[in-house]
Amino acid sequence: MNSLLNNLLQPLTLVTFFPLVGVLIILFLKQEQKNAARWVALITSLITFGLSLVVLAYFNPSYPDLQEVINLPWIPIAQWEIRYYLGVDGLSILLLLLTTLLTPISILSTWTAVEDRVKDFMLFFLLLEVGMVGVFLAQDLFLFYIFWEFTLVPMYFLIGIWGGPRRMYAAVKFFLYTMAGSILMLLAILWLGIYQGSFQVPDLIAKGGIPANLQIWLFLAFAAAFAIKVPMWPLHSWLPDAHVEAPTAGSVILAGVLLKMGTYGFVRFNLPLFPQAAVQLAPWMAVLAVIGILYGAAVSYAQKDVKKLVAYSSVSHLGFVMLGIFALNSQGVQGGILQMVNHGLSTGALFLIVGMIYERRHTRDMDAFGGLWKVMPIYGALTLIVALSSMGLPGLNGFVGEFTILLGSWGAGQPGGPLGSHWYAGLAAIGVILAAVYILLMFQKMFLGPVTKDENRNLKDLNWREIITLLPLLILIFWIGLYPKPFFVLMAPAVDKLVAALQTAVVAGVP
Amino acid sequence: MFFEEAVSSGPQFFNLVPWIVFFPVIGLLFNIFFGGRILERSRAGEKIVGGVASLAAGLSFLVSVLLAISLNGHPEGMVVPLADWINIGELNIRWAFQVDTLSVTMMLVVSGVGTLIHIYAIGYMHEDVRHNGDPGRFRRFFVFMNLFIAAMMILVSGDNYMMLFVGWEGVGLCSYLLIGFWYEKGKDGIGNALAAKKAMVTNRIGDFGFLLAAFTIFWTFGTFKFHAIFEKAPEVAVANPGALLFITICLLIGVTGKSAQLPLYVWLPDAMAGPTPVSALIHAATMVTAGVYLVARSAEIYVLVPTAQFWVTLVGSVTALFAATIAVGQFDIKKVLAYSTISQLGFMVAAVGMGAFVAGMFHLVTHAFFKALLFLSSGSVIQGLERGHHHVEHDPKLKKQLKGHAHDFDPQDMRNMGGLRERMKITYWVYLIGAIALAGIPPLAGFWSKDEILADASKEFSWAYTLLTLAAIFTAFYMTRQILMVFFGKARTPAAEHAEESPLVVTAPLMILAVLSFFGGLINLPFDGFHQFAHWLEHTLGEYAHPGEFILVVALLSTGLALVSLALGWWLYNPRRYEEFWAIPAARRPDDPLRSYIGPIYEALKNKYWVDELYWAVFLNPYIDLSRFLADVIDWRFWHDWFHDRVIMGGYNLLTRLLAIRIDLGGIDAAANGLAVLTQRVAERLRQVQTGYVRNYALSIFVGVVIILGYLLLR
Repeated sequence: MNSLLNNLLQPLTLVTFFPLVGVLIILFLKQEQKNAARWVALITSLITFGLSLVVLAYFNPSYPDLQEVINLPWIPIAQWEIRYYLGVDGLSILLLLLTTLLTPISILSTWTAVEDRVKDFMLFFLLLEVGMVGVFLAQDLFLFYIFWEFTLVPMYFLIGIWGGPRRMYAAVKFFLYTMAGSILMLLAILWLGIYQGSFQVPDLIAKGGIPANLQIWLFLAFAAAFAIKVPMWPLHSWLPDAHVEAPTAGSVILAGVLLKMGTYGFVRFNLPLFPQAAVQLAPWMAVLAVIGILYGAAVSYAQKDVKKLVAYSSVSHLGFVMLGIFALNSQGVQGGILQMVNHGLSTGALFLIVGMIYERRHTRDMDAFGGLWKVMPIYGALTLIVALSSMGLPGLNGFVGEFTILLGSWGAGQPGGPLGSHWYAGLAAIGVILAAVYILLMFQKMFLGPVTKDENRNLKDLNWREIITLLPLLILIFWIGLYPKPFFVLMAPAVDKLVAALQTAVVAGVP
Repeated sequence: MFFEEAVSSGPQFFNLVPWIVFFPVIGLLFNIFFGGRILERSRAGEKIVGGVASLAAGLSFLVSVLLAISLNGHPEGMVVPLADWINIGELNIRWAFQVDTLSVTMMLVVSGVGTLIHIYAIGYMHEDVRHNGDPGRFRRFFVFMNLFIAAMMILVSGDNYMMLFVGWEGVGLCSYLLIGFWYEKGKDGIGNALAAKKAMVTNRIGDFGFLLAAFTIFWTFGTFKFHAIFEKAPEVAVANPGALLFITICLLIGVTGKSAQLPLYVWLPDAMAGPTPVSALIHAATMVTAGVYLVARSAEIYVLVPTAQFWVTLVGSVTALFAATIAVGQFDIKKVLAYSTISQLGFMVAAVGMGAFVAGMFHLVTHAFFKALLFLSSGSVIQGLERGHHHVEHDPKLKKQLKGHAHDFDPQDMRNMGGLRERMKITYWVYLIGAIALAGIPPLAGFWSKDEILADASKEFSWAYTLLTLAAIFTAFYMTRQILMVFFGKARTPAAEHAEESPLVVTAPLMILAVLSFFGGLINLPFDGFHQFAHWLEHTLGEYAHPGEFILVVALLSTGLALVSLALGWWLYNPRRYEEFWAIPAARRPDDPLRSYIGPIYEALKNKYWVDELYWAVFLNPYIDLSRFLADVIDWRFWHDWFHDRVIMGGYNLLTRLLAIRIDLGGIDAAANGLAVLTQRVAERLRQVQTGYVRNYALSIFVGVVIILGYLLLR
């Protein structure tokens, strides 16, 4: 028992389940104790963030494999067993930090925005954090699946209870859509467990040996779950509904973390488990990614609702991430992982920004604004920085990710490379132009021009709480833009190992 | 400053080079955090805010001078690394500064002209923010200006293509911010904002080319460092000439964006929406010359690819003529100068294209002097007119003369000017010097640099020589027209009649620039022993920095043609004749005397050959239509409403109901039914939103999930 306890009191267990402490405390609060619930949730999530920094402190960046591992037996079924198996490596450490950072920021953003059933809101939010952190740390496929599905439940409630007018429609669509893909993944997980004899990801990778044609089917089954989550074109139809209806904090987490679960899934499972399939299908994935980049950008441009614009821009941005991943080289995959973080920061910040103006004006129609920079200069300046980050201005974070992704996919386009054509990167680079087009249109419609609407004349500029909410994101936007080295260093060995494994798999797979 | 001896001795300050970026950054941070309070509390607030910004630019200039001095002793220069930037596998991009004669030339121009313009702007913006009704925005202007200096310094000092690109897009951002500085002004209140967006997006199209070039550079050379690339280039030219061609042509796309060449020049005329100091610094003297610098920097690649050299020369020389013709048909004082800038940039691009790198850079330097001078003087003219207008408006007697056009008075329209020679003496003289320098009349700076380009062209590129000579003829003509319309004859409006000269803080930088425009040619006279600038650049460009030759025929011909063109201009626009023309009743009077001679052609010039309209019809409107079609029809009506809500959801509901009636089902389908029925009921009943219901249904979903999981686990 003592050794079990010792095993459980590891950083990874703590960081995953610490939010439950907050949940317990909040359960004892009354519905009217709104501020108490807020503070408990905020402090809990801040401590969780601190715990993730502890994980970082123990993390050895030069080691390519899983670290700080906890691997205990959990549920035995016949000759198989589901294990409580957590671990962190270069592929997941940044996403862990992103999750634990965005959670307190989101909670802080709800301070005045959520007045209705605050206690329940905070409960679900902390539960959501448990699920998200678990997804990034679980190394047993079944455990992963449980966390994966578990995140749906609190998000469903967050959208369904605190969302906009069509919240139930959006929540149910979100739930069903994601479930549909997950079922296929579950079947693939079961297949792996039955025929490969284990649910543990490192074991499965080490064992390998799945015939190429079967790999394709398993790859597609996993991809079904992940591609919906990302969302890859054309499976994005749930996203605008979910984003438009979700409360601000929900949108931040949805864009910042939940979508990353999809792209992360590709990196964590699809590439190492089914390397030959990954190589074979890379051009097809890249085609979908490029279509997503251009389609998302074009559709964003035509939106009137600013939240919808940001939602569709996610389709475009995550297309970049997918393109980078399926470049299957170091630059592409590292750029892809960094871009997951970047998108979490800048799109998270954009949703916060949209939430701030929504709280003041109760509309998201861009035509209802205009000239806001004059009325709210701090708000305007901060939005500008975030917008520039989102359109990939060099010196800010978005550029570092996009550039390395495009560079990697251009390299993958050389003769003999996984993509085999420069058209992928070339067309994707047009997305950089189109991003400027829709982002600048948004900024112009909301912030430039004269103030034409009387309702906008006396809007209050950001208060300190709002500035503090955005500040960590802004600092990271500059930091990653100017000196991304510490971030790349964390992931480099793990990615290099993954890429090397893919290359040997390709060589081995050649008849 | 430019000694010939190449001995490695003397003081050496190379390690100071990062400060050319740090100083302006410190300046802008100071003004961001303290500028607002200073403006509010201190009466001299504007002087402090503007002074700090000018000081930051000035210190940057000082460092540049120190670097130049160091280069005298150590002409080989130095690379000063600062930090790593992006490192993945074999990809290693760092923040590192390259100090050599080429980069320091640019630094001196940027910070030198930049400092003068900062000082000028203290006076200019003092009036501008009041005229536009928002004095608080004074600070923002100087923050953006310092940001520009920092970004431009990054552009010219990087030791690799990616650091150059950071500056390249950074100056584009500053350009965006400053064109849209008065973002609530302009046509329909949104004109300036639209101009800013146009500049940024057009530049991004060019940057797209730059990016493609960058990708190819990396996968061909394995690095972005200038030195390493140039060393390997001859090898690659043999092994993989296609890659070099692709790189150079894609870089040319970048050049056409940033340096406003055909076909991407369209943003620059609109960029005149920015305050005049911005037009002078960014859109004439420095930023737009970045493309010229890029080609000069890449000299060692371009000389290996004659096809690319041909295209660069073609783009440059055609643009030079094309833009010069449009300038003839403009009435806005700044628009004339804008098209003139495009044309002059064409000269420089053509020069570096044909391998005359020294001539191109020489013209870049002198043009920075005289075009900054002309823009700043035009700003002085505009404010002089605004002062006059203000004076008239507030004088009840004079106000009667205004005849109802008080509010739509355009202080930039040259037809509203005339006779300013008397009222703005300093401005007139410096403007005249700038104009003569631009027109290429000896012995002013512009003559020497332009003539060197023409001399180089005449030797191998006779077609380019012809185009550029024609452009030079138009240049002399439109400048004569402008000088005569603005400064000569009688005042044509009450505002012009009461125009007032600008204060010393404005005119002092003008006088300094006038001196530079007059004597600037001395840095590189085309006679033996006077090629200092060529020798200076030799340390960086090596054999490609051949000193200019003086070809008497070329010089005589270009001067002669310029004088003829000047005379033609005088004949058409001389005060007596122009007054007679102006005396014709407005209804019968054409807008310009030239129209009587070349009517339809004049219409084409005035409308800038309808290129903007063409771009709207061919690119912009189709894209807008496409994006609306994708968003509304494809994505929403077809994919979202019809396919998902009707086909999938409706079909699923129907199916489950059929199945439920016919077959007794197990756990999975019961749960799935639950979901399906739920979705259906939600649509019908939960619109009123009873949160209690929501919880129940959500719970049933959760139970469903558990049942599925349990079934799969335990079966």
